[in-house]
Amino acid sequence: MRISADTVLKLADLARLRLDPEEVERMQRDLEAILEYVEKLSELDTSEVPPTAHVLDITTPFRADHVADLLPVDEAVRNAPRHDDSSMIVPKVIE
Amino acid sequence: MSTITARPLSELAELVATGEASCREIVQAFLEQAERLEERLGAFVSLRREEALHDADEADRARARGEVRGRWHGLPIAVKDILVSPYLDTSCGSRILRGFRAPYESTVLRRVREAGMVVMGTTNMDEFAMGSSCENSALKPTANPWDLTRVPGGSSGGSAAAVAARGVPAALGSDTGGSIRQPAALCGVVGLKPTYGRVSRYGLVAFASSLDQVGTLSHTVKDAATLLGVIAGHDPRDSTSVDAPVPDYLGELNGLPSGLRVGIPREFMAEEGTDPETLERVQDAVRVLEGLGAKTVEISLPHSSYGIASYYLICTAEASSNLSRYDGVKYGFRSEAPTLDEMYKRSRSEGFGREVKRRILLGTFVLSAGYYDAYYRKAQQARTLIRRDFERAFESCDIIATPTSPAPAWPLGERVDDPLRMYLSDIFTVTVNLAGLPALSIPCGFASSGLPLGLQLIGKPLAESRLLAVGHAYQRETDWHRRVPDL
Repeated sequence: MRISADTVLKLADLARLRLDPEEVERMQRDLEAILEYVEKLSELDTSEVPPTAHVLDITTPFRADHVADLLPVDEAVRNAPRHDDSSMIVPKVIE
Repeated sequence: MSTITARPLSELAELVATGEASCREIVQAFLEQAERLEERLGAFVSLRREEALHDADEADRARARGEVRGRWHGLPIAVKDILVSPYLDTSCGSRILRGFRAPYESTVLRRVREAGMVVMGTTNMDEFAMGSSCENSALKPTANPWDLTRVPGGSSGGSAAAVAARGVPAALGSDTGGSIRQPAALCGVVGLKPTYGRVSRYGLVAFASSLDQVGTLSHTVKDAATLLGVIAGHDPRDSTSVDAPVPDYLGELNGLPSGLRVGIPREFMAEEGTDPETLERVQDAVRVLEGLGAKTVEISLPHSSYGIASYYLICTAEASSNLSRYDGVKYGFRSEAPTLDEMYKRSRSEGFGREVKRRILLGTFVLSAGYYDAYYRKAQQARTLIRRDFERAFESCDIIATPTSPAPAWPLGERVDDPLRMYLSDIFTVTVNLAGLPALSIPCGFASSGLPLGLQLIGKPLAESRLLAVGHAYQRETDWHRRVPDL
């Protein structure tokens, strides 16, 4: 599978990454090599094979709906690079 | 090498129980060894010198009062830099999380602490556990204690190197595609990856959630059994954790199970590119098990050659989704910019290393419209075929034996620019994660170059007891795990 520079740039945009021209070229090359390798999966006839959803037989557990202690707001925001006592601060998004 | 640091946890526990050494003396001896070697090895990210000695003193005082919390109360353990707690910084080997300290404690660390163990420090790893050599750490490289010019394996390379060099008697790691077993093999220690769901993932920083599992690195299988007993069990905070009783793993180490059938996969033993010495040592190990009464049977895992392809599509897809949380807003590194979108992009581009970006891009590609069916869905279908292979194989055998890694440790730098070649070093380990099975890597000898080699034993789901019993029986017949690198 050919991976164009445009494809890499589009993926980078979707993943919120910015790549310099040297990185774009390298990623093109690496993704092509990896996708060429995984191409071998197309040898498999999987028309009758269900995809794995979970490796073990588990059902989604339910729990009682009771009030428990939550992380205090000041602790929850403490790790934000910019914050005040109760909020995480980001660049303005509404003009 | 002091008489203390050469010992596994079980023997250290004896020293404490008989009064031959205090917890403080033991923790002090390991701290000194870890510090002495750090410059050459780069195994540790942080050492809690003062806190660890304080915890050891507390343990000694508690013992004096007759308040022993467990066999390993007051003995040290190191933690891969991926399990969070309010008392350790967690960087995951990444610039984007440097200086991060979680406001909550991972379930595994809570259990280790409740057992009275002393958390000695954190160990180096490939960034977000993505790598097979520890070279993807943004912090520093780690060297292999048996040859400082070679990789320790990865991603739990710091844990494996620290244990092998006797800088700590045991460590915690995580295994998504071989990240405990492969470095254990390359550094000559025991690595245990439990069944998916056996150990809680609460507080384990997520890489690929359907594959990630916490496990242990130690010198002996006996220590792995006790440690698994400490960390295993259901956790309401991890909805994928298995609600099944935790056996007495240590109590069940009763020699080789009678009539044990060891399956040898014909595909793995004929895998092109596997080092002949590695295969010979694995065959020797199987003969040791036969000498104890085991019967070998040839089995077939016909879809294992699709393992790497399936694995790298699934893990990158899950990683691209899991790592979207690093956005410069909630925690970690931020690169300031005038707009929110630009801030995201700058923070992520400057915060993530090359391999992480590569996997995010690949994962974004395989999940994107038009490619989802051809790649992601196809990989999950191949995963079903791989799981069925194991189910069928376990109809005629009880455990499966393979090499852990196709070759011993390679020179630092050799594969950093060849991601596909790096991925192929996980050929024997990834299918185990795809099928959610437990597996153990045990030292099984040395290459003529002097580098350690590992035997991988794979078990049925939740059959850790049997796996550990076989591994323990093997270690009673061999002394590979007693060899110490000359540092």
